Amino acid sequence: MVFSLFFEFALLSCVAFGGATALLPEMHRVVVEQHHWLNDATFTHLYAIAQAAPGPNVLVVTLIGWEIAGLAGALSATLAMCLPMSVLIYLLIDRWEGFAGRRWQKAISLGVAPLAVGLIFSGATLIAQAAEFGVAACLLVLATVVANLNTRLHPLWFIGVGASVGLLGWV
Amino acid sequence: MLVEEKRWMSAEEFNAQLGLCQFLPGPNVINLAVVVGKRYCGLPGAIISPLGLLAAPLLIVLILGMLYDRFGNLPLAQSMLRGIAAVGCGLLFAMAWRMGMALKEKPFFLPFTVLTVAGIAWLRWPMPAVMLVGLALSWGVAYWRLGKR
Repeated sequence: MVFSLFFEFALLSCVAFGGATALLPEMHRVVVEQHHWLNDATFTHLYAIAQAAPGPNVLVVTLIGWEIAGLAGALSATLAMCLPMSVLIYLLIDRWEGFAGRRWQKAISLGVAPLAVGLIFSGATLIAQAAEFGVAACLLVLATVVANLNTRLHPLWFIGVGASVGLLGWV
Repeated sequence: MLVEEKRWMSAEEFNAQLGLCQFLPGPNVINLAVVVGKRYCGLPGAIISPLGLLAAPLLIVLILGMLYDRFGNLPLAQSMLRGIAAVGCGLLFAMAWRMGMALKEKPFFLPFTVLTVAGIAWLRWPMPAVMLVGLALSWGVAYWRLGKR
């Protein structure tokens, strides 16, 4: 299982345009729908924990690996997510910088952006679906969007409000 | 920290490399750590720098994972996590909105966002295939638009 976890995540890391957040829908497809390693509720909880925890958002992968296969799962999932692109970037960075400004290279960064936006939007809809949000939770989602787009509050404030509202049993 | 504290690189260099790491697949911060590590210390730097960045948060997240295993089935913990998930979901929508607004030439590129959402969120097609096809088409349009300028 640890091996197939490593293999699945290593494959995913190569198409993660937009970072680990962009992978949420596909991770859910592989981990919950395909292999039944986790259920919807656990997947949502792990996402929430990773949101609240300090550090890069790739750590949601660590938590998923932990729940599936303990310490070995956590470490191999994290390594699988980071290693392939790290090696590739290490090997290609100098050549890539040499091509700076070429038309085909600019076209890559221009072309990737709309896909990354779509992936992150899909990640948000997936969490909403997996968590089976009711009316109150949807209002909280909406309020967060509006507040986040119109203020410069640090995300931790939002997390704090979410945790409190949750503890009060409103969502 | 890299730019302001240690002055290892200028703000422009930092932005250029962050830009590169943001549109490459994989965790952005880790990719950036590899690039910066290689730049200053070669292979050892490229290995140590992402490890250093990940070590402490990884440990924290593992402890949280253990706590979740122990207390995760308590109703109070579950409702708290649901609240956080709702807020996290809102933050994702906001992030997508902000990134979408920042897209250049929206009439040409926003359709690819819509197609990605349709393929991934609605039809639930496998992501590697969607990305390969989407990227090929989107790259083609971008190449064409760049020639028009």
